[in-house]
Amino acid sequence: MQKFNSNVPTGPLEGRWEKHKFDLSLIAPQNRKKYNIIVIGTGLAGASLCATLGEAGYNVQSFCYNDSPRRAHSIAAQGGVNASKNYQNDGDSTWRLFYDTIKGGDFRARESNIYRLAQLSCNIIDQAVSQGVPFAREYSGYLANRSFGGTQVSRTFYARGQTGQQLLLGAYGSMSKEIASGRVKHTSRSEMLEIILIDGKARGVVMRNLITGDISSHVADCVVMCTGGYSNAYFLSTNAKGCNTSATWRAHKNGAYFANPSFTQIHPTCVPPTGDSQSKLTLMSESLRNDGRIWAPKNIEDCDKNPNDILEENRDYFLERMYPAFANLVPRDIASRALKSICDEGRGVGSIINDQRLGVYLDFSSVIEKMGADKVKEKYGNLFDMYKSITGENPYEVPMKIYPAPHYTMGGLWVDYNLMTTIDGLFACGEANFSDHGANRLGASALMQGLADGYFIAPQTVANYLARGKFEKISNDHPEVKASIDAVKSRIDKLMNAPKPEHSPDYFHRKVGSILWAACGMARDKKALEEAVESIKKLKSDFWQSIKVTGSDADFNQTLEKAGRVADFIELGHLMCVDALDREESCGAHARLEYLAESGDAMRDDENYGYVSAWEFNENGPELHKEELNYEFIKPTYRDYK
Amino acid sequence: MNFTLHIWRQKNTSSDGSFVTYEVEDIDSDTSFLEMLDYLNEKLIEKGEDCVVFDYDCREGICGTCSLVINGHPHGEKKATTTCQLYMRDYANQRELWIEPWRAQSFPIMKDLAVKREPFDRIIQSGGFISVSVGSAPEANSLLVNKDAADCAFDSAICIGCGACVAVCPNASASLFVAAKINHFEQLPQGKIESKKRAQRMINQMEQEGFGSCSNHRHCETVCPKEISVSNIATMNNLLLA
Repeated sequence: MQKFNSNVPTGPLEGRWEKHKFDLSLIAPQNRKKYNIIVIGTGLAGASLCATLGEAGYNVQSFCYNDSPRRAHSIAAQGGVNASKNYQNDGDSTWRLFYDTIKGGDFRARESNIYRLAQLSCNIIDQAVSQGVPFAREYSGYLANRSFGGTQVSRTFYARGQTGQQLLLGAYGSMSKEIASGRVKHTSRSEMLEIILIDGKARGVVMRNLITGDISSHVADCVVMCTGGYSNAYFLSTNAKGCNTSATWRAHKNGAYFANPSFTQIHPTCVPPTGDSQSKLTLMSESLRNDGRIWAPKNIEDCDKNPNDILEENRDYFLERMYPAFANLVPRDIASRALKSICDEGRGVGSIINDQRLGVYLDFSSVIEKMGADKVKEKYGNLFDMYKSITGENPYEVPMKIYPAPHYTMGGLWVDYNLMTTIDGLFACGEANFSDHGANRLGASALMQGLADGYFIAPQTVANYLARGKFEKISNDHPEVKASIDAVKSRIDKLMNAPKPEHSPDYFHRKVGSILWAACGMARDKKALEEAVESIKKLKSDFWQSIKVTGSDADFNQTLEKAGRVADFIELGHLMCVDALDREESCGAHARLEYLAESGDAMRDDENYGYVSAWEFNENGPELHKEELNYEFIKPTYRDYK
Repeated sequence: MNFTLHIWRQKNTSSDGSFVTYEVEDIDSDTSFLEMLDYLNEKLIEKGEDCVVFDYDCREGICGTCSLVINGHPHGEKKATTTCQLYMRDYANQRELWIEPWRAQSFPIMKDLAVKREPFDRIIQSGGFISVSVGSAPEANSLLVNKDAADCAFDSAICIGCGACVAVCPNASASLFVAAKINHFEQLPQGKIESKKRAQRMINQMEQEGFGSCSNHRHCETVCPKEISVSNIATMNNLLLA
């Protein structure tokens, strides 16, 4: 195993990536075709990496669970992508983007990584434009920008509300070009179920063909995981239904440390759940908070009334009341927590689920009065239409209802500056790693990170790893390969043949989701987390006793797919709670109720918790390793939104 | 709400399929169409039966995974909507639903309601991109793009590759899908350079995959969840003539 060392370069911050690149070993163009690289996942990170490695001349094998690489969940990102171009001449710079990102993450990420991200941001835009990504433009023909997520500069590039789609299709196009060239060999509808380690190095993967159920091994010189985040651990989230932790969890169980698993972002403006059949939640752009006013009834007896019949004096505009300076524009985590506490008090509105109404109003009536319905329509028309199509209610007439939902996970596989995990030859890119967002992610920076990893960082660091190693050819008959295949088959066998099959995968998924949502969601405390750890342990044993999968494993079987993913979410859920328990401070999105200031703001404890939690898998329980974060260039500050 | 569902069940590509009838009861009107099918599958698991396979992922209308022909309409009767964005309140006046997969020779049925759309990937691989390599891009604002052209490109670029246009077309033509990609790049200076060659390659690939040609039925634009216009097809044809 590689040492637990961040491998961060030294010297002036501005020159670190350049210097590091120079120190990396290269592989000459004519030799690149001798190397084989496996890429799992084809979202922004995976597709951009496949394209870049293919163009460079490597042999790439890629896999995704979707029926096409173009469908990865990056496609659903709405807002935009940040870059410090300073086109608006409003004082932006690499330094400012770096500072905003690290401050947004509440000082729980590495300076060197984030500075590199900010440096690469500009080139991402150049790249995307050259691929034909139709970004918004001014009448002059120049690129347009907007301010996003509360930043004081306009640095966000966007393609209406579909920036993720357009960037992904750009990367998918480039990847398709490389598939046509034969340098990338792609297989859709296949899921990674095991990683193959030989002499401590990642040398391949075991895949299940989701159509036929065939299990096959694929060997290479190294493996890169671009498999996204794990918000679906909560069952209800804004992630696509198929998003899962299985690839990252297999890596973790084979020795890759999992970093900051409890750092999950919960987005305040989602369409609330309406009943027990709810299968996912839909995000509505945060921009709605620019003009909408958030309120709940002052009196519980008003909660089931038509909101238009509730008198002005009986409305509690609670964010305006609690945070007069920032009001409805407080950061995501503060808004989410306030919404939850209102609903916990019993002042929520909307459908009753488990004896509670989960929703508050987001009201546009005053702005419609002021600006006129036409102006509002121009600005928010598509969002209002989307809301209407989901809920059947017209937000021009009745206030919208919103409730928070899990949206992004800052935690992920621990990686060093080269994006390599603690397993030699196993890399992680995009949301699958933990590297850049600390304890909270700023808006419009997820797309930036996925593409920086895939287009610019991993292609260099993977080459360096290959150039410095020696790779004996591995045959598919190698005992380790066979052992990995056997492990996968026996696990599937256990899923198909539980001793007392009784409950579906969704049953268990909802169970683990509701435990995590209650104990490891927006507000956490010691007691609830300790109880959750115990409940999840019990749930895990119940799962393996009574999971019921119908149909055959040698077939297209979505029930089996779900069962395998839920088994991993249960184990990850346990680690999320253990991590949240360890961190006796509030920072970023992680709010421990015992460590909140009276104002509701997070109380960070840099002295005792200024580290990255990197968890090692151990049969007897997770073992914590700490990567201390040293701030050489900036001074951590505390935020105050009062 | 109660529904009688007639669902196409088919073991695999080579086997024969048939409609199987199921009853679902007590469905809430705010339940989405796919959640209604989730509910059916939960009931099937309870009974120990194999679940109905259907494609889905994002469930917010952008990934293009979901399909289904519902009572004869790809993505249901509602305009500008994917199947995952349908709610059972949209079916308040119907008791009986016929649910089928996309029907087109080039989209073989994998199982039940799921089809293989890899031909779309191969069409893109034949030329649906700009041949630029990472690292060679110039400064983004050195390339000015007329706003109207950029907006027009965007309107074509929003295709989600779901295949409803093929499913509804009497010729099972993929013309709208192909034309949307061609027109997206044709509108942009950085894409225009390769336009003619791109159009030729993509159309050749479309024919090789067994999709039919366009004969102006225009059903495709009616069912397209992103309302992509058939005028894209005219642009494509003009490029071939040019």
